[in-house]
Amino acid sequence: MDFDLTVEQKLLQESARDFLARECPRERVREFEETGEAYPPELWRKMAGLGWMGLIIPEEYGGSGGSFLDLTVLFEVMGFNICPGPLFSTVVLGALPVLAAGSEAQKKAILPAIARGERLMTMALAEPDSDGDASSIMAGATPAGDGFRLNGIKLFVPYGEHADSILWVGRTGHGENAGDGITVFVVKNGVPGIEKTGLKTLVRDRQCELLFKDVRVPKDSVLGKSDLGWPVVENTLEKASVVLCAEMIGGAQAVLEMSLRYARERVQFNHPIGSFQAIQHYLADMWMDIHGSRYLLYKAAWKISEGMEAGMEAAMAKARIGEAFRRVTLQGHQIFGGIGFTKEHDMHLYHKRSMTGDLQLGHGDVHRERVAVRLGL
Amino acid sequence: MRFDFTDEEKAFREEVEDFARTELPPDWDEKALYWPAGYGTFPGIEASFKDMYDELLRKLGRKGWLSLGWPKECGGMNSMTRHVILDDVMSYHRAPGGDVSTAIAAPTLALIASDEMKKEWLPRIAAGELRFWLGYSEPNAGSDLASIKTRADDDGDAFVLNGQKIWSSGAHIADYGWVLAKTDMNAPRYRGETLMLVDNRTPGITIRPIINICGIHSFNEVFFDDVRVPKKNVVGQINQGFYCVMLALQYERLFVGMGAFRRVLEELVRYVKETKRQGMTLGKDPLIRNKLAAMAIEIETLYGFYWRTAWMMDRGQAPEPEASALKLFGTELSRRLAGTAMEILGPCGQLERGSKWAPLRGLINLGYMDSISGAIGAGTSEVQRGIIATRGLGMPRK
Ligand SMILES: Cc1cc2nc3c(=O)[nH]c(=O)nc-3n(C[C@H](O)[C@H](O)[C@H](O)COP(=O)(O)OP(=O)(O)OC[C@H]3O[C@@H](n4cnc5c(N)ncnc54)[C@H](O)[C@@H]3O)c2cc1C
Repeated sequence: MDFDLTVEQKLLQESARDFLARECPRERVREFEETGEAYPPELWRKMAGLGWMGLIIPEEYGGSGGSFLDLTVLFEVMGFNICPGPLFSTVVLGALPVLAAGSEAQKKAILPAIARGERLMTMALAEPDSDGDASSIMAGATPAGDGFRLNGIKLFVPYGEHADSILWVGRTGHGENAGDGITVFVVKNGVPGIEKTGLKTLVRDRQCELLFKDVRVPKDSVLGKSDLGWPVVENTLEKASVVLCAEMIGGAQAVLEMSLRYARERVQFNHPIGSFQAIQHYLADMWMDIHGSRYLLYKAAWKISEGMEAGMEAAMAKARIGEAFRRVTLQGHQIFGGIGFTKEHDMHLYHKRSMTGDLQLGHGDVHRERVAVRLGL
Repeated sequence: MRFDFTDEEKAFREEVEDFARTELPPDWDEKALYWPAGYGTFPGIEASFKDMYDELLRKLGRKGWLSLGWPKECGGMNSMTRHVILDDVMSYHRAPGGDVSTAIAAPTLALIASDEMKKEWLPRIAAGELRFWLGYSEPNAGSDLASIKTRADDDGDAFVLNGQKIWSSGAHIADYGWVLAKTDMNAPRYRGETLMLVDNRTPGITIRPIINICGIHSFNEVFFDDVRVPKKNVVGQINQGFYCVMLALQYERLFVGMGAFRRVLEELVRYVKETKRQGMTLGKDPLIRNKLAAMAIEIETLYGFYWRTAWMMDRGQAPEPEASALKLFGTELSRRLAGTAMEILGPCGQLERGSKWAPLRGLINLGYMDSISGAIGAGTSEVQRGIIATRGLGMPRK
């Protein structure tokens, strides 16, 4: 057993912390939420300069060839600072599936541009009334000429308005399993027939609705094999869940640190409120919830990094961490009292993200069911 | 034992139902997004609702419904049970059934104010002509209310107020503050404060908005700069203000928006019956059924605390620790209900009011934010637990 990060990972963690503390303090995040901007462009350029977009992209495609565990470390810091922007959609929902299933030509065309910070990506998966599972995918692709014609509606596409290319998941056929007959297409955002509508969500995280009306794409836009796209999606979602967990653990840690500081400073009844048992018990519970969860997170991340099967660990992590983050922010709010219920305070930024994080990529119930299946039930 | 209402009470409920259906604006259901036991989306707290609220209050006043719980000799019906029936119905419609003035201040005045004071204030309050805000908290005095710094100095026939209040909900749309201030700086804790009614129009008062996390202007900071308050506006005895506030808090704890719990549950039940996910009607999913059933059980439990508190008050008993349990259980249930509702809505729960795909008009989304407030305002959950353990269960204090 080794619970430590490597020296390089610690360096990455520290430099990311310093960088975001400087470049992306919470006041900026709050300001940014109010603007209509896609992402803070200068911050994005600097992040690209640090090599964050290329962290997990192999050197031959212009990246630095880091591991999934490295990425997890980075995203925990991102979550601590609730750093906005399309890093998650570009790297996790874009680069990872291209890396896993793309043709050599696709990799060459896409990955180096991502690594340079010059290409934003996203995945269009969920549809109305779906949780993003295979059976609910109705959007269809039919052969047309030398390519395909895509039709259908997609919801909650992160950065769908801004991404340069979209991995669009649609149905090309039907088979025994719901996942049979699903194909992933690389679609250039801006080709005719795409209607984009921004969604007003709790966390202004630029999700959008994408309506495809007879969007024509060439044959070579298929990612991987036609009809066999679902495993690519599933694999991406598993990794995405783990990365989202990393962000949530980072967020929960930030809430704990803010609460600890406040509990030491705030005086009522002539004593710091942190001297009251009720508050001490909350803080102890928060700490325990976070540290217990962090083990699940890093075990899942490590297994993925090592190329091992991690379905069980990823499901356990996502089931627990979304709810743990929610518990931690509620306890944090309790400690802050009235001041935490204001727009000017930072607590609500985390409170919102805890709910959103729990709901995205399937909340606790969905992932507990996956655990149950893996228990042989 | 008997767990039912009298025929008169049932008829009264019907009458209030009719009133709500006819008197609330036709588009009220669309507009009203109040979350049960939340203090940040209170119906009528937004300035844009002020005219509608004022008018509704006067209509309730004409019916004699703002004074249901007050003693007969003060013009009331001496029935807290009727008061909570009315509040149950009005909050079901997410509409105000009274005001700080009618439900918190007036019953307290009825108990402790001088006859002149009762005569001066109660009839106008009963008519729905006056709205109050609560001036207790200060930046450094929340749970520890005895450490307030706002001072009221004796100056002949008046007190002169200086200091600052915070979290003053609705001060921007009210007429008078129900303000606690220090009148004896040297007295021991809890013995040097006085409660007084302060006219918002008095020179020297500045009211500044604070936007809450729902994005709504409900809170204010209120500054007093040599504000003269006539001594006749003192509530109860000078230097006995803390005791008066304790009485008033007992009435405040009844404010849980009981009917709104029932309403949200009904709306969720309808939603899951009408919504399909992965080809299955949500209402058929055992997990979802279980969650909603659990909420129904908790809401019914809350009704137990609700009716019992009113019943005790009607018998002249102090509902302690029952009122604290009602407040604690209700506000924590408010959070659980919001979380459960979000889980049921799934990713669509993220969508805010005004979005095409937002289920239930974005009500749950906003409620999820507001549900934070209940367990903090009007005495935090920790304070309520302390009251239950010490005053209710006789545990020793340090
Ligand atoms: C939506 C809303 C509306 C409000 N409206 C009004 C209003 O109209 N008028 C008004 O005067 N006030 C109002 N308040 C203020 C409210 O009464 C205070 O926020 C509340 O009393 C807590 O005080 P505080 O915020 O200063 O927190 P603090 O008292 O600083 O408490 C911080 C934390 O410490 C805990 N704590 C404090 N002392 C102890 C102890 N001895 N033992 C254990 N734990 C302790 C608290 O429970 C809390 O968890 C409102 C608040 C909210 C959120």
